[in-house]
Amino acid sequence: MKKQENITTIKKDSRTEREVIIDIRDLYKSFGKVRVLNGFNLRLHKGENLVVMGKSGSGKSVMIKCLIGLIKPDSGYISVMNNEIKTLNRDTLDILRSDIGFLFQGSALYDSMTVRENLEFPMRRHKKRLGLVSDTTPMVLEALESVGLAHAIDLMPAELSGGMKRRVALARTLILKPKIILYDEPTSGLDPITSKEIIELMLSIQAKYGTSSLIITHDVDCARVISDRMILLVDGINYAEGTYEELITSTDPKVEAFFKK
Amino acid sequence: MALKFTRNIRQFFIELGELSYFAGRFFRESVKPPFEFKELLRQCYQMGNRSLVLVLVTSFIIGLVLDLQSRPTMEQFGAVSMMPNMVGISIVRELGPVITALVCAGRIASGIGAELGSMRVTEQIDAMEVSGTNPFKYLVVTRVMATTLMLPLLVILGDGLALYGSALVEYFKGAVSFELYFNTVFNALSYGDLIPATVKTFFFGFAIGLVGCYKGYYCKKGTAGVGIAANTAVVFTSMVLFVIDFVAVFISDIFYEL
Ligand SMILES: Nc1ncnc2c1ncn2[C@@H]1O[C@H](COP(=O)(O)OP(=O)(O)O)[C@@H](O)[C@H]1O
Ligand SMILES: [Mg+2]
Repeated sequence: MKKQENITTIKKDSRTEREVIIDIRDLYKSFGKVRVLNGFNLRLHKGENLVVMGKSGSGKSVMIKCLIGLIKPDSGYISVMNNEIKTLNRDTLDILRSDIGFLFQGSALYDSMTVRENLEFPMRRHKKRLGLVSDTTPMVLEALESVGLAHAIDLMPAELSGGMKRRVALARTLILKPKIILYDEPTSGLDPITSKEIIELMLSIQAKYGTSSLIITHDVDCARVISDRMILLVDGINYAEGTYEELITSTDPKVEAFFKK
Repeated sequence: MALKFTRNIRQFFIELGELSYFAGRFFRESVKPPFEFKELLRQCYQMGNRSLVLVLVTSFIIGLVLDLQSRPTMEQFGAVSMMPNMVGISIVRELGPVITALVCAGRIASGIGAELGSMRVTEQIDAMEVSGTNPFKYLVVTRVMATTLMLPLLVILGDGLALYGSALVEYFKGAVSFELYFNTVFNALSYGDLIPATVKTFFFGFAIGLVGCYKGYYCKKGTAGVGIAANTAVVFTSMVLFVIDFVAVFISDIFYEL
C-alpha cells in the first residue's frame, strides 16, 4: 500500500502535462422533468485514477453510461481518446468500446453462462479484428488468474459469492486488455474485507496494465486509497474537485457532508 | 369502474403501438448480419423443451374432454358417426392452435419476460451492448424467431395428441377403431381447414416471442419490475392472441366465400 502512495505522488506532479483521455464538457441529461446532469465537466488524464463521488441517485451511473454511449445525453461534448462519442456509428463505437472496460454496479455476469463463457463473450465480436486464436482458454485463464479465481472457470455465476462475482466481472473487463477501466461502484454491496480486496486488486491491475481508471463510488475509504484526484458530483455538476487531502479539509458544508462519518 | 375500463383500453392500444414499433425493429435487425445461428438453435431447443410436456398433456385432455362432453348431444341427434368429423375439425381449426398458444403464453412469454427483465435490471443487457454484441439481435431476434418456428411444431404435436385423446374415447365408448377414426378425420379435413390454421400458428408464435421480449426488454428498474414484466407478458400476449385469432378467422372466412 505504501508503495502505491509513492507512485501517486509522482503522478500528481506531472499531471498537468499529461494527455487527456476522457473529456466531458457541459453534460446535460434529464429524464422527463427530472434534471439529473446539469452541465457536468470531467477530464481524465492518462494513467490517472479519478474518483467521482456523489450521493445515491445523484446521476453517477447516468454520467458513466453517457460516456460509453449507453445513454444519449441531451447535450454536451464527450470524447474518449479523441473520439467524439456522438459522431461514432455502431462499428466504430464497438471498436472504441473494446479499449474500455466497464465494471457494472452489480457485476452483471450473464447468469445463463459459465464463468468461462462470460469471459469469452467480449471476445466474440473482436476475434477477427484482434487476430485472436480460436482457443481462448489461455486468455481466459490469464484473466482469471489475475483476479485469483482460475479454479472457478467452469462454475455458474449463481454458485459464486458476491465478492467472487465482482472478481469475475473484473476479469471480464480485463480480457480485452482495455486502456481505460470504468468502475461503477466497485465495492457496493460487499463487506468491508471483500471491499478492501477488490480495491487492492484494482490497484494491482493498474500497476500491471497501466490503465487509466474512472471510479464511481460513495465509499470514502475506497476513494481515499485509490484516488489521485476526486470530483464531487452534487446537483448535477462537478461541485468540487481536488485531491482527497484537499477536499477533506474543505469547509464547504456540501463537501463536508461527504466525509462526515 | 367505467373510467378504469376506458383507461385500460387506451393503455392496450398505446402498448399495441409501441409493440408495432418493436416489431419493426425486429424486422430491421433480423435481416442485418451477423446472424446468431447458434443462439437461435439453443433458443428453439429451450422453447420446445420448456413447453412440450405441458402442451401434450393439455392437448390430450382437451381432446378427451371435448369428445366426452359432446358425445351425448350427438347421440341425441343420432349423429355419433359424425363425432370424428366434428372433433377433428374443431381441434385442427381452432382449439389446438388457440390452446397450445395460450399454454405457451403462460409458459414461454412469461419466461422470456422474466428472463430478459432480470437481465435488464441487473445490467446484463447493458454489459452485452458494451462488449460489442448487439443485445437486440442476440436476445430478442433469436427468441422471437425461435417461438415463431417452434409454435407451429408444438401445435401439430398438440393436435395429434388431442385427436388421439378423442379417438381413445370413441374406441371405448363407440367401438370405433383407430383406423376408422383417423380415416374419417383426415377425409373430413380439407386444405381450407389446414392451411389457415397453420399460417395462424406462425403469427401466434411471433406474438408470444415478441410480447415476451418487449415486456422484458423494457422492464422497469427494481425487482418488482421483473415480476410485472412476466405477469403483463402473459396478459398482453393472451389479448394479442385473441385479436390475431379473430382477424385470422375473419380473413379465412372471406376466402371461403370466394
Ligand atoms: N433510464 C432511466 N429512466 C428514468 N430515470 C432514470 C433512468 N436512469 C436513471 N434515472 C434517474 O436518474 C437519477 C440518477 O440515477 P443514477 O445515475 O443511477 O444514480 P447513482 O448516482 O446512484 O448511480 C435517479 O433519480 C434515477 O431515478
Ligand atoms: Mg449507480
